[in-house]
Amino acid sequence: MSAILEVRDLATQFDTLDGVVRAVDGVSFDLARGETLGIVGESGCGKSVTALSILRLIPPETGRICGGSIRFAGEELTTLPEEAMKRLRGHRISMIFQEPMTSLNPVLTVGTQIAENVVRHTGASKKAARERACEMLDLVRIADPRRRLDEYPHQLSGGMRQRVMIAMALSCDPQVLIADEPTTALDVTIQAQILDLMVDLKEKTGTAIVLITHDLGVIAETAQRVVVMYAGRKVEEAPVEALFDDPQHPYTRGLMRAIPRLDVDVEEGGRRPRLQEIPGLVPRLTQPIVGCAFAPRCELATGRCRATAPPVVDIGGGHTVACWETVR
Amino acid sequence: MSVLEVDGLVKHFPIHGGLLQRRVGEVKAVDGVSFAIARGETLGLVGESGCGKSTVGKTILKLIEPTAGRIVLGGEDITALKPGAMWQHRRRIQTIFQDPYSSMNPRLAAGTIVGEPLENFGIARGRERDERVAALFQRVGLRADAMRKFAHEFSGGQRQRLGIAKALSVGPDVIVADEPVSALDVSVQAQVLNLLIDLQEERGLAYLFISHDLAVMRHISHRIAVMYLGRIVELAPKRALFARPLHPYTEALLAAATAPDPRRARRKKAIVQGDVPSPAKPPPGCHFHTRCPYAVADCKVTSPPLREVAPGHHVACHLR
Repeated sequence: MSAILEVRDLATQFDTLDGVVRAVDGVSFDLARGETLGIVGESGCGKSVTALSILRLIPPETGRICGGSIRFAGEELTTLPEEAMKRLRGHRISMIFQEPMTSLNPVLTVGTQIAENVVRHTGASKKAARERACEMLDLVRIADPRRRLDEYPHQLSGGMRQRVMIAMALSCDPQVLIADEPTTALDVTIQAQILDLMVDLKEKTGTAIVLITHDLGVIAETAQRVVVMYAGRKVEEAPVEALFDDPQHPYTRGLMRAIPRLDVDVEEGGRRPRLQEIPGLVPRLTQPIVGCAFAPRCELATGRCRATAPPVVDIGGGHTVACWETVR
Repeated sequence: MSVLEVDGLVKHFPIHGGLLQRRVGEVKAVDGVSFAIARGETLGLVGESGCGKSTVGKTILKLIEPTAGRIVLGGEDITALKPGAMWQHRRRIQTIFQDPYSSMNPRLAAGTIVGEPLENFGIARGRERDERVAALFQRVGLRADAMRKFAHEFSGGQRQRLGIAKALSVGPDVIVADEPVSALDVSVQAQVLNLLIDLQEERGLAYLFISHDLAVMRHISHRIAVMYLGRIVELAPKRALFARPLHPYTEALLAAATAPDPRRARRKKAIVQGDVPSPAKPPPGCHFHTRCPYAVADCKVTSPPLREVAPGHHVACHLR
């Protein structure tokens, strides 16, 4: 199956008072048509900047894509003129973010905002666009969609707003949807509704999804393939079952052992067991990182790890890992 | 014996409206909550936004005045104490917040932040204070040179360690921890949870641990209380709650939680639909009946009391 999105050696940097931050430092992955790819990592690992780079939404005053390529349906995005990029965004590639309230216009009704996007990208009449908006609200299972069209964002709950964002994002049948922490701000029961909805909609529409999250549970729930990022680099990529069954990178393994488990009884003889900690902190990204970025926190690290960054190696079955020690 | 007992706690916030800003109603943020916590025990208080769990914490700390009910700390009724009289009791009950940064003076060095309560309560001053602060820093895993740094120079996890050191400095019996690890990355979250458990076992601390995260709850709590719209709907030993949730809301919460296991994960997760109703206008009868898949006629009329249905296992549901 051909990839709809191909990211190669992407590098994105920001200028800060402390120096140049290498937020994304040579990341490559493919997104196949109709698949859900999860990108997981902790704060500052570069997962959101990767998403913003694909959409070319890096603020030009402070940051830039300084290397690599992003090909969408064969077309190179890093050099595409801004006008062409505007025609793409919200149409063939769209996005949803963590806090829908910051992406919705508070003084326009929900219907107007969805219809506006449809009119802009498809040239539909206002009437047809409003019908489309109504259809989309129904698709995201908002009850009584015709009445909701005339409501303002503040009249909706957090879960409803995220449904509206999804409706808007899907209104022009995009080929790729980028979802950055779409359920992080939501309560558990509402998160469950939105995850169910996203899984159903993907089956219905065939839109490929890049799902960015810090939550391994959400990844396990929705993704088919997973990219694990650390300090701006990809450390591991695998089909979701392989990643959870047989994580290879010491960082991935560390993450899995560090999370408290809801689904298994962990008590040993009535005592609460210790969680496995990953010692230390993530490195500062203002200094160039020599060697493997995880080496200072890694129990397997050797001299070679500290000197030379490990290449991404294919260990079969679509499972790749960047580690000198687990792959020999 | 319990170090903290809460009996029939109620906190209503007035809603003002209209031209004259008259009182037009009230938000029943906490609506009759009772529990007790023993020395060395963690009671988890779990629920979704707006369920009143943080208000319970703040009321117990007397940061806000309860509308009704009783709060008994170490055998002494502190419910009606005025701020001046309450002050003496603050040594015994301390708090850890989600964002410790907001509770720290940005112009004070970390050592001063932790040492200040020692002086204020007349526990130690001068050299002795400094030694105690240094010991606290070491105990929570901060380096001694961190005492001279300012709060903004710390990472999120280090700030939380600082918050813990500050809370511990006066030797409390009870710590109210409101979402203490929610803002932290998982690798750091594990460090802080381990520290909290170690400190509890060392010092016999009682924790009221407030969180929305069921996995964290399962890890740290001994007993768990589930709140929905101002009321406790289920209160049980941890193992019983996860093995056999009795309230339909608890069941929905457990089903909704994600598990880091793709084979278990692929299933319908939402067994309740719709949103939590506004706490300003909670539904009559059982607050949960509007979303409950099992609700019967009586649920819409009568509010079910919290009853003990198995040893230590309490549930507020007509159907159990």
